[in-house]
Amino acid sequence: MKAGEPEEFIIDGKRLDGRRVDELRPLKIEAGVLKRADGSAYLEWGGNRVLAACYGPREIHPRHEANPQRAVLRTYYSMAPFSVYERKRPGPDRRSMEISKVTRQALESVVFTHLYPMTAIDVYIEILQAQAGTRCAGITAASVALADAGIPMKDLVPACAAGKVGGHIVLDLFDIEDNYGEADLPVAIVPRTGEVSLLQMDGNLTQEEFEQAFKLAIKGCMQVYEKQKEALRRRYGGSQE
Amino acid sequence: MKHEIIVDVKRDHILNLLNSGKRIDGRAFDEYREVSVEVGINQRAEGSALVKLGRTQVMVGVKLSVGEPFPDMPDSGVLTTNAELIPLASPSFERGPPDEDTVELARVVDRAIRESRCIDLEKLCISEGELVWIVFIDLHPLDYDGNLFDACTLGAIAALKNAVFPKLEDGRVDYKTKTEEKLPIVDTPVEVTFAKIGGHILVDPCLEEEEVLDARLTVGYNEKGEIVAMQKGGSGTFTQEEILDIVRRGREKAEFLRKHLPGDADGKN
Repeated sequence: MKAGEPEEFIIDGKRLDGRRVDELRPLKIEAGVLKRADGSAYLEWGGNRVLAACYGPREIHPRHEANPQRAVLRTYYSMAPFSVYERKRPGPDRRSMEISKVTRQALESVVFTHLYPMTAIDVYIEILQAQAGTRCAGITAASVALADAGIPMKDLVPACAAGKVGGHIVLDLFDIEDNYGEADLPVAIVPRTGEVSLLQMDGNLTQEEFEQAFKLAIKGCMQVYEKQKEALRRRYGGSQE
Repeated sequence: MKHEIIVDVKRDHILNLLNSGKRIDGRAFDEYREVSVEVGINQRAEGSALVKLGRTQVMVGVKLSVGEPFPDMPDSGVLTTNAELIPLASPSFERGPPDEDTVELARVVDRAIRESRCIDLEKLCISEGELVWIVFIDLHPLDYDGNLFDACTLGAIAALKNAVFPKLEDGRVDYKTKTEEKLPIVDTPVEVTFAKIGGHILVDPCLEEEEVLDARLTVGYNEKGEIVAMQKGGSGTFTQEEILDIVRRGREKAEFLRKHLPGDADGKN
């Protein structure tokens, strides 16, 4: 047992932060929060605080990255030095490079990039405060920022993790569960088709546990999707569906 | 992986073949290329392996050194996995600091090794809180013909199983004197990668398939067949059914790959 590891993760059917096993942390999304960005979103998800900004379509630098068939989507995931308990050294590290890549690949399939050849669409994700699940929070915020920028998209991309803690399959791990749990499974989907655009896993799951966690994560994504749509409706009004 | 020049014609060609049930190199959809694993191929490394997956070749070296443990794990050794995509191995690899493909490769291989707990890291403690063994796994592709994830993970576990400790004297490593003592390896995780091209699911994509794939999914399994790591890649998507199917089918492919690991008896040192 590692130092600081709780003896039980679920007591009387409640998790250490009071949630049920299939319950999300409180999630609030606001679209259009930054003046200078073409599109933006701010998200509070449990103890996570995330800003996402979208710039573009705009001229691409360096020029040689330009694609004559389509816009180039570039995503940058970054953590503020004060976003975690022990100060994070500023700048990209290996973890954030990987997350930037899988974030881009989670979003690329929904953006109509072919409409804007020779341009860049840049999405910057800044984790201001972290409480586990920041890549899912980043993807969720990023797709709202893209929509807020008026980029034509097939759909929003909600993301949510499920995992295993103390032998239980749970939705949306917070930091203690993430640190001491047995598995983490972040998932992002394209809700209109139900297809999966991000899937990662670390830890240990049997076949059955994986299937259970995967389905739970997708249910979580659908709840996140509702919050994304609500955020855009609040910003732009319009009908309820 | 890095996209070389993608010609739409090539994608059409590969897709047309797939639609008629054929792969560009003649394999069945669920067939790996020829796999070979040689260990003990480098005399300076504490453990080494050369893996061939068709024409893909990866050399993996395990080096051991000693150092301080992490403060939160004072009685545990340290594992570091690194990859280098040297320009010798492909016209699409460039010199310079590791790019995101390199970092992803190292991290996905590391994930299977770490999460399966295949190295008993507590046995690598020399003096609690002060001195522990540090295990460096260096993934070194020599010829890139697709599917580096599976080749590198197989090479990493082969090299780990092949590794012996160098002599340790007064907290210093004598690299010229190797001991008989093997690294404490308690599991053999392997990774299995599937590619999706136009709705077809194929195992072990070769380079030409990798260049045109819509999405890929890598799944790591331990000896019990439990899932220890996953990574989806590519700009496309998978249906939920495809994912469940891949995860189920990958298990037997993992068994197949694991059979190519040299047994403890033939592990040359």
